[in-house]
Amino acid sequence: MKKVKLQSNISEVGSALIEYIHISIVFLGVFASLNSAYAANIEDAQSSEEKGLAIAIAADEKDEGWGDWSANSEMILRNRHGESSTRQLRMINLEQEIDGDKRLIIFDHPRDVKGTAFLVFTKKVGNDDQWLYLPALKRVKRIASNNQSGPFVGSEFAYEDLSSQEVEKYTYNYLRDEVIDGIDSYVIERYPEDEKSGYTRQVVWIDKNEYRTLRTDYYDRKGEILKTLTAHDYKLYKDHFWRANRFVMINHQTGKSTDLLWNDYEFSKGLSERNFDRNSLQRAR
Amino acid sequence: MHAKEKLFTGFFILWAVSFQPAALIAQLLEDWEFAGYTSIESRWFIDGPLDSRQESGLGISLSIEPEFYRDWNEGDLSVTFKPFIRLDSEDTERTHFDIRELYLHKISDHWELKAGVDKVFWGVIESQHLVDIINQTDLIENLDREEKLGQPMINFTWISKIGNFDFFLLPYFRERTFPGIDGRLRSQPYVDTDRPVYESDAEQWHSDLAMRWSQVLGEFDLGLYYFYGTSRHPLFQPDTNSAGETVLRPVYNLMHQVGSDIQWTHGGWLLKFEGLIRSGRDQHYQAFAAGFEYTFYGLFGSSIDAGVLSEYHYDSRGDDATSIFNQDIFTGTRITLNDNWDTAILGGAFYDHDNGTTAYRVEFERRLGDRYKLLIEGQKFSETAQNDLSYNFRQDSYLQIELRRYF
Repeated sequence: MKKVKLQSNISEVGSALIEYIHISIVFLGVFASLNSAYAANIEDAQSSEEKGLAIAIAADEKDEGWGDWSANSEMILRNRHGESSTRQLRMINLEQEIDGDKRLIIFDHPRDVKGTAFLVFTKKVGNDDQWLYLPALKRVKRIASNNQSGPFVGSEFAYEDLSSQEVEKYTYNYLRDEVIDGIDSYVIERYPEDEKSGYTRQVVWIDKNEYRTLRTDYYDRKGEILKTLTAHDYKLYKDHFWRANRFVMINHQTGKSTDLLWNDYEFSKGLSERNFDRNSLQRAR
Repeated sequence: MHAKEKLFTGFFILWAVSFQPAALIAQLLEDWEFAGYTSIESRWFIDGPLDSRQESGLGISLSIEPEFYRDWNEGDLSVTFKPFIRLDSEDTERTHFDIRELYLHKISDHWELKAGVDKVFWGVIESQHLVDIINQTDLIENLDREEKLGQPMINFTWISKIGNFDFFLLPYFRERTFPGIDGRLRSQPYVDTDRPVYESDAEQWHSDLAMRWSQVLGEFDLGLYYFYGTSRHPLFQPDTNSAGETVLRPVYNLMHQVGSDIQWTHGGWLLKFEGLIRSGRDQHYQAFAAGFEYTFYGLFGSSIDAGVLSEYHYDSRGDDATSIFNQDIFTGTRITLNDNWDTAILGGAFYDHDNGTTAYRVEFERRLGDRYKLLIEGQKFSETAQNDLSYNFRQDSYLQIELRRYF
């Protein structure tokens, strides 16, 4: 039944298909069998677009059900002369079933931005909702969110690189299989739906067994390669969720780079909507 | 060396060596979070003063604002303490101490309770904070009215699907600070803060009340409130002091105020509105501020963002308004470099379309290393009509440089 339904949707690479797969997974029920189910979908794909989408969905579904997670982070910004500066922040995340996830980022370092906090309600389609808390004024400010291509705190990460990677944000194309660092991977292309994106396309290496994103190449609006992101030191949490403890983003055009280090990952802390409202933004620390 | 200069050399040395004790305090207070900054600031007035007793030339000012925080039960209960001290070489009134924050905060699923001294900000407009009412302005700190005195309060917040409902009981009133005889950026004659006039017999102990509803509906952020109590914006009554000199006595009347703030965030556009209706002894008026902000991201392929903003201010009292913003237009730009040092420049012009009064203001900030920050601001009063409040400041164009060191 699954196969028939999937094929009838071939021409609609869109929400109906995604919705169907969501439902079918609920019916499947048994999580242990998921990996093989994804593989089946991917193998069933008729076109490269469909296969690319199936891989993206599989990766998304594989990381579903985390509920909430938090982690501490350090960003090391380097210029081409090797000079560096550091940012420290903490992040909490709340999974949403209907729309995109909620996220709260709290800055600890440099000290002049300590207590500054940033609340994001990710949207699957359209602009995210974003609020900034400025501790000196005790002011919560709703900010424009069409700045997806802008740099995050002066780093080589754009806002869109860090925002929650919803399936709907891109269209896809499967390129090839490739072994990268000894790991058998799918290589897919994805094209941002958002016309404000700083990229024309991204090439993503996804590990075939665990659906971890291993590497992403970003191409700028002129189609030139702009940046490469690599993920390192993946660890398994709650026996299910893979998280990298180190990301390296290299800007090929400027020679700058940013290391993003993660530690103290915690899952299912029992966070609620109340941890992601304007009040919590004000007392974040 | 003058006594004053000696004193300040002493203070400066104290300021410079205070970093080590700060680190020590942080270690001693094991369960406490310790943050804050110390600052050294110098202000230079370009022109000579209107009154020869007022400061001229370079003034030096030191300030410290540490913050102590502790929580229990994963933040459900917390206590915050944030004192503030400024020492000023020129204006004795500007040398002052305040408890900015000292409160207990209890958080639950559907409510929050705060008791103590705190600061509360309401509003969306950048060039004036019209509807912001809970805290008194620490005017002596900065003309921009963004520095506030700590307000004693009991604040209960009920959080629901239909919005947040805030209830405030404000048992004690804070009087506005004003520059002293020897200070600049003051009225002529000066304000005698030692002899305020109150409408209420309870004077500073009149209990004020406020209720506010705020909600986010899609692209709209909405706020609506009612306030009853002592006006934070004094009127002035001319009088003579013991020396026979004319002074202005601040008059604090009771008032009712309804205020609203609305922001529509759409794409790169922020459309903003603040409005109020105020009614009390000698005063029944309306005022509003409305404007927009639009940001051009990644200017010329760089990572620089440039925002343009324009805001209109209206006060139905016209030239009798106690605010500079009676029929003024503010147009400005905010440039953020998005670099390693969070460099940002905000510049703009205020123009009164009725009497032609024009003032320019520029603010610049940049981090230096991990712990220092440089802040420069300047304000130029270029045209000041006699019937505009800014006429008092016609000789007070200034440039200010501040260096902060964060703990």
